[in-house]
Amino acid sequence: MPKCDRLVDVGRRQFLRGSAATAAGAVAVAVAPSAPAKAAGAARVDYPSSRLANVKDLKKNVPLDVLYPDADAPGVLLKLGTRVEGGVGPDGDIVGFTIICPHKGFPLAYSADKRTFNCPGHYSVFDPEKGGQQVWGQATQNLPQYMLRVDDKGDIHAEGVDELLYGRLSNVL
Amino acid sequence: MAFKRQIDRLPIIPADAKKHNVTCHYCIVGCGYHAYSWPVNKQGGTAPGQNAFGVDLSEQQPAETEAWYAPSMYNIVRQGGKDVHLVIKPDPNCVVNSGLGSIRGARMAEMRYSTARSTQQQRLTEPLMWRYGSWQPTSWDDALDLVARVTAKVVVDKGEDELIVSMFDHGGSAGGYENTWGTGKLYFESMKVKNCRIHNRPAYNSEVHATRDMGVGELNNAYEDAELCDTIVAVGTNSLETQTNYFLNHWVPNMRGATLDKKRLMMPDEPHATAKVIIIDPRRTVTVNACEVEAGKENVLHLALKSGTDLALFNAIFTHIAEKGWVDRAFIEQHTLREATTRPPLYPARGVADSNPGHLSSFEDAVEGCRLSVAEAAEITGLDPADIVKAAEWIAMPKDGGKRRRTMIGYEKGIIWGNDNYRTNGALVNIALATGNIGQLGGGCVRMGGHQEGYVRPSDAHVGRPAPYVDQILISGKGGVHHVWACDHYKTTLNATEFKRVYNRRTNMVKEAMDAAAGGTREDLVNAIVAAVNGGGLFAVHVDIIHSKIGQGAHVILPAAESGEMNLTSMNGERRMRLVERYMDPPGSAKPDCLIAAAVAQHMERVLREMGQDAYAEQFKGYDWQTEEDAFMDGYHKHAHNGELVTYDRLRALGNNGFQEPAQRLEGETIIGTDRLYVDGNFSTDDGRARFMDAPWRGLQAPGKQEQMAKYDFLINNGRANIAWQNGFLDQGNDFVMDRLPYPFIEMNPDDMESLGIKEGDLVEVYNDAGATQAMAYPTATARKGETFMLFGWPTGPQGNVVNAGVNELVLPNYKQTWGNIRKIADAPASVAHLTFKSKEYSAS
Repeated sequence: MPKCDRLVDVGRRQFLRGSAATAAGAVAVAVAPSAPAKAAGAARVDYPSSRLANVKDLKKNVPLDVLYPDADAPGVLLKLGTRVEGGVGPDGDIVGFTIICPHKGFPLAYSADKRTFNCPGHYSVFDPEKGGQQVWGQATQNLPQYMLRVDDKGDIHAEGVDELLYGRLSNVL
Repeated sequence: MAFKRQIDRLPIIPADAKKHNVTCHYCIVGCGYHAYSWPVNKQGGTAPGQNAFGVDLSEQQPAETEAWYAPSMYNIVRQGGKDVHLVIKPDPNCVVNSGLGSIRGARMAEMRYSTARSTQQQRLTEPLMWRYGSWQPTSWDDALDLVARVTAKVVVDKGEDELIVSMFDHGGSAGGYENTWGTGKLYFESMKVKNCRIHNRPAYNSEVHATRDMGVGELNNAYEDAELCDTIVAVGTNSLETQTNYFLNHWVPNMRGATLDKKRLMMPDEPHATAKVIIIDPRRTVTVNACEVEAGKENVLHLALKSGTDLALFNAIFTHIAEKGWVDRAFIEQHTLREATTRPPLYPARGVADSNPGHLSSFEDAVEGCRLSVAEAAEITGLDPADIVKAAEWIAMPKDGGKRRRTMIGYEKGIIWGNDNYRTNGALVNIALATGNIGQLGGGCVRMGGHQEGYVRPSDAHVGRPAPYVDQILISGKGGVHHVWACDHYKTTLNATEFKRVYNRRTNMVKEAMDAAAGGTREDLVNAIVAAVNGGGLFAVHVDIIHSKIGQGAHVILPAAESGEMNLTSMNGERRMRLVERYMDPPGSAKPDCLIAAAVAQHMERVLREMGQDAYAEQFKGYDWQTEEDAFMDGYHKHAHNGELVTYDRLRALGNNGFQEPAQRLEGETIIGTDRLYVDGNFSTDDGRARFMDAPWRGLQAPGKQEQMAKYDFLINNGRANIAWQNGFLDQGNDFVMDRLPYPFIEMNPDDMESLGIKEGDLVEVYNDAGATQAMAYPTATARKGETFMLFGWPTGPQGNVVNAGVNELVLPNYKQTWGNIRKIADAPASVAHLTFKSKEYSAS
């Protein structure tokens, strides 16, 4: 079983009363990274530049499941519909985040109404419109966000992550 | 943008790293952690044999893995004079937290003093003395000499009542049994200081005199009881935020039904179901929301009563339970006072005496005295009468087969810092006693707690009851010397606007005198200070880990060590005692408080002998401690109940699970503790029988509250937030926290904000007849109109500024019942503009 599925499976087993079904759906299908991840000897890890999607693939306020920086690291791209700091694309409204909670590794669910990522494990709430800031919760870091680049063709490339991902002591394994 | 550390890789803990036991030194829960440390020039590897976890770290680890730590759990600190890597991560085998880390505790490593990584550079590293118009570093001997000379001169000339002492009395953080003993021995044995107070209240008193007077110690159950009960009653406690992992690890499983097998095994012969939860709080908290998510709304009853009316609610529930006969008759007969006592003549307006503002009596007498109908209570509290009845049913209506319901009651600052503390506390304990829910599996009537406990001191009987209202003594110009141990009244006292104004003036008088004596001898300096003190000034000595807000008034500042920089013992909310092992050096020359107290005593002895006060000097002997363990052996080991069974070695062997106090006996070298108190029905009174309290409702009790409510538009309810520990004394040096809380938030109803022209994040002033403070407006749809909730004790906007001086008969402050007006100061400042103001409530979608 792939490890990202194991992460989801924990959510399913442990949180029957919470939002497990929603959470489990979040990483069902994902785009594989276009370049293999590689470790490096530099002080900061050397991130792969991965094409995750094209801007045309995104629908407003609907998260698109992706994997970055490798197949064991589920995340989403999200077109918010309003320009935000750190947003990319023609409208400056595309952001990308891991959807593994940095507290205990449970998969986050996206609330389209509130525009927040919510953790069924211990109720943490993160705001993708504010750089993944934890609105309230248990994690000691805000939600790791992708550094994104959009090329002339509208392809969205991830080229880094700004916080340590849950479950790995190096963002690139 | 939200704060990000830009850390994407951490050093790996090698297989041979040192591993120390750590109990989190922040909240009452005391989660177990381990501190791993290893030389700074070494690191582990990803191969299973190369790391402390024995797993392949080149792979993604699953949820709840032991083999991961966040950047906040990492630092580089000094250990034995050398830099080492440090990881402090939750202990999966600790029964308290089972590997969970809270947003406070999981930042312990990041909150350590590190010169290599520039964290907590606000920590004090050496003694400071007011000299040449500012604070200058100096030696311990120089600083202590001045402290002793001025203190000795003042107490010899004018008596020990001229020495005012503010001192922590708790466990964890800067507390611990070692340090409460050290300070206690100095002020209660060598001296008999009467004018003393505790870190969060203006007198030296209990926060829960009532339950103690009734014979029911306030930490009487086990965390396991939250897993075993039928009903949890949470009063004035927002447990998901303030006792986070107790809630997550022990309440939630019962709501989910994950403890049903355990219930059936431990309590056969009765029906069991998932827990019901009653939450009594004027505010809809994240705790209410989480309970609804886990237990289902049909199993959660949130009684959002009018602020300060808890006593009326408790009395109506008590009355209803008694009328229905849902009481434990056998328990009442066998374990409680059976003869009524005479009501005081002026009751209920006045109690037996100011020292005893209630009336302790029998069950029947209490039922009569507390009698309040559901309809009357509904009128007072604003609650639906049907909900009051439902609460009584969930608490006490027998289960199928006539089996008694098991109900655990937890309460905290909502009533402790609330209206009519003594009788409200008593009225709640009445319910637990009447239903036989103390000393039983799934029972308890307990404080939820704030910080951990660690109290062993010589008798404080000389302080008296009611204890002196120390803040008023200082404000009225009395007292000449103020010793302050890890207290910051500028953030965490009531009537703080006035207190600060006077404290600044009085301490400035001494600073000016010291400035004028510059260049003179030590004798000249002491004489100048004493003259200023005699003229109304105040000489302030502060012992702390940082230069605090109130420390701006200090003349001598002594640097203290914290938990982990010293060996330190405490107990948590189920009396679980653990030893935190020293895993790093204190900053600079900072010392454990107990050893600072010892040094003060030794300098007092020396100076008093020079003054010819030999007999007095003799009282300051007995401090020849070399280490904190010596203080522990002199204090806890000799003076705690069965403390002679407890040693560092035995605690170390018990690891992060420790034992629950009091110690009972040894099995080999293993200490056997006490899961629950009062299992034998023998209560803490002279005759072993618990008392009920005749505790009738008498409105808003503290002076000035009724008038304030009438005069101002908004309730300024207040309390804690998950992310912050206490008054932010360390958090104020943490980027992650200060990014989120550059100002304290004030949760406001959106319509109220609109009517005042306030937008989210705007800086607002909160003001009333007691003073003024500031906060950032946080629109909160669930906040009732006219009711706000402000973060308490925050450095950039202390809520205590607007709390009036009104206290109860026993000098318990009333922070919660505060009313004020609100006006906009400014648009959201730059530090606020990037913040989210979305709802804090989790939802599944």
